[in-house]
Amino acid sequence: MSALNIKKGSTSHSAYDLRSALSEVEESHTLAVIVENEPGVLARVIGLFSGRGYNIDSLTVAEVDHTGHRSRITIVTRGTPAVIDQIEAQLKRMVPVHEVQDLTAEGPSVQRELALVKVKGHGDHRIEALRLAEIFRANVVDSTLESFVFEMTGTPEKIDAFADLMRPLGLVEIARTGVAGLKRGA
Amino acid sequence: MSKQMTGAKMVVQALKDQGVEVVFGYPGGAVLPIYDELFLQNDIRHILVRHEQGAVHMAEGYARSTGKPGVALVTSGPGATNAVTGLTDALMDSIPIVVLTGQVPTFMIGTDGFQEADTVGITRPCTKMNWLVKDTAKLSDTIHQAFHVATHGRPGPVLVDIPKDVQFATADYVAAENAKISHYQPRTEGDPAQIARLVELMESAERPIFYTGGGVINSGPRASQLLRELVAETNFPITSTLMGLGCYPASGKNWVGMLGMHGLYEANLAMHGCDVMINIGARFDDRITGRIKDFSPKSRKAHIDIDPSSINKVIRVEVPIVGDVSRVLEEVLRQWRARGSKTNQRGLSQWWAQIEEWRAVKCLSYKNSTTTIKPQYALERLEALTKGMDRYITTEVGQHQMWAAQFLGFEDPNRWMTSGGLGTMGYGLPASIGVQIAHPEALVINVAGEASWLMNMQEMGTAMQFRAPVKQFILNNERLGMVRQWQELLHGERYSSSWSESLPDFVKLAEAFGCKGIKCDDPKDLDDAIMEMLRYDGPVIFDCLVEKHENCFPMIPSGKPHNEMLLGDADTQGVIGAKGAVLV
Repeated sequence: MSALNIKKGSTSHSAYDLRSALSEVEESHTLAVIVENEPGVLARVIGLFSGRGYNIDSLTVAEVDHTGHRSRITIVTRGTPAVIDQIEAQLKRMVPVHEVQDLTAEGPSVQRELALVKVKGHGDHRIEALRLAEIFRANVVDSTLESFVFEMTGTPEKIDAFADLMRPLGLVEIARTGVAGLKRGA
Repeated sequence: MSKQMTGAKMVVQALKDQGVEVVFGYPGGAVLPIYDELFLQNDIRHILVRHEQGAVHMAEGYARSTGKPGVALVTSGPGATNAVTGLTDALMDSIPIVVLTGQVPTFMIGTDGFQEADTVGITRPCTKMNWLVKDTAKLSDTIHQAFHVATHGRPGPVLVDIPKDVQFATADYVAAENAKISHYQPRTEGDPAQIARLVELMESAERPIFYTGGGVINSGPRASQLLRELVAETNFPITSTLMGLGCYPASGKNWVGMLGMHGLYEANLAMHGCDVMINIGARFDDRITGRIKDFSPKSRKAHIDIDPSSINKVIRVEVPIVGDVSRVLEEVLRQWRARGSKTNQRGLSQWWAQIEEWRAVKCLSYKNSTTTIKPQYALERLEALTKGMDRYITTEVGQHQMWAAQFLGFEDPNRWMTSGGLGTMGYGLPASIGVQIAHPEALVINVAGEASWLMNMQEMGTAMQFRAPVKQFILNNERLGMVRQWQELLHGERYSSSWSESLPDFVKLAEAFGCKGIKCDDPKDLDDAIMEMLRYDGPVIFDCLVEKHENCFPMIPSGKPHNEMLLGDADTQGVIGAKGAVLV
């Protein structure tokens, strides 16, 4: 099986299971980890990834339930199917972890990231930057005579595409939140 | 009714509530209030160790020989960092222990105070869970949680870090029965549908094997009992890892011996050649599997483990069963009996004939000597002279450990304490004291090598002070034997730093501690010397001078599959390639 045949959702949970358990092809998965909101939990989760040599492509965390003391950690990680399964199992057995969802595997999901993009320039570059920002539905949240800060949300791919376009137009700095995601439907 | 008390008093009260009888510890500035409370009561016995690493290994020895959690109490900073090796050891071998550490007062945390260390930060990767308690009101609840976490699911070490001001402050005590119910409730029942698949697999098996491990011991004596019933009903051969010795009796008729890197020929070849492998509470450790891609290539595999992350971690299995060994085995037996299951008799009898052929190789045979004590001979004699006694064995780490596993027979669980996963030299002496404290009347022997033993020999002081009559049976080859063996096989016989020079005179050392020293270097005197050790009412340091260059066989070289075992020195020429040398 070539890497090109692997599509998101083509996992053991999908009816169209294209994966081989022994596949050596790396997949990107977004995991939502609901944890007890107490000191050291994030360090414990991150320590699992560094200690066992797993990848973290992005990570976001915030409290989502104040009264229930729950935080939600969203991790985008990469690995072969066996490694992804192992990451899930390792997360699930951690004492302060309540729930792990594999948003990539468990059906359709919405995944969004927020980015702030600072572009510096004059003349045509400035106009082109504004025009592209409109196409991408990015908002201007700060402007000076020689710079803009754009705010945009979207999939990581959309933000990548926007950043790529802005680079020749004077992109000087970018801040990204990492992915937050939810399953679609009720 | 809740009761107001200081944090220090809460600690002691919570330990009592949890049924703790013994604490192994070492005082210091940050735990003085707790030591004050220990002083004011008589229910909990405190064993003063000589080094905090010793305290944790004693707690491990206590836990492994009783099935109850072991408890250690140490101070902040160096007290906590010295506990790290023991915590890691307990994590690797899934031993339930609770370590309480003192911490600088909350208002000083982060100021680099005297004896301050980021204890929860340092111990996060080597504990199952740890807590820094900043509020006395949460202290008793946290300690109850700690015991719950240590003993539920896959057992392991936990740590509670308690700042000194939290020990002094007062709050309501929460009794164990009123503690917050932990959401941590790992599943113990196996999926009946998967168990049905296992039963079918067992019915169809022609060349089956039970591959058992420490999970059977951790599940409690009932698991060993059920395992024995299942083996009796099926007549399948059974092997075990280093960690699982004793879950099936060494004298049992289906026992094929320990498997693994230094396991028995018949056990490893049976693992390699089987068509159905039933893993019960083991984890496909690299000492067991050898080269992964050639591991038991023709078998269908089932794996029973309470930790879902153990399943498919290293070896993919067809029948995964997540659950507690005794609960799962109960269901396996129930289904087996309900279906009136029968084994494949013809296949099985051929399989046993094959195993007997392998057994006839007598892989543990060695060349004995009339002038020098061979380490294998020393253990054979120790086994013969202590058989049938109420005996517990601990070990250090190295060749002697493997020989002990090969030559001593264990009839019951919880009788064999050895550092399997981490391979901690210096484990055996303190562990033996922990075992002896739990079983004051039993015979407790630490089978040691001289190099390992020296790593925590200060604990002889603890043994003397608390009248723990532990027998230190040191197989002294004046070498770091396993290192030397690997250097011989892998590094062109260049023995880099692998000999023990300037060793103490162990008999004089024993006298210095106030216990008995025995030295023996002649095979003819060995039996009498061992009997003298057994008869002595108190700790003994037995210096058994053995052959210096004996290698431990059988051996599966690193990076080789099970069917490429070395049986003796003649087999060893050029067998380990550069690839194997990279592995440990």
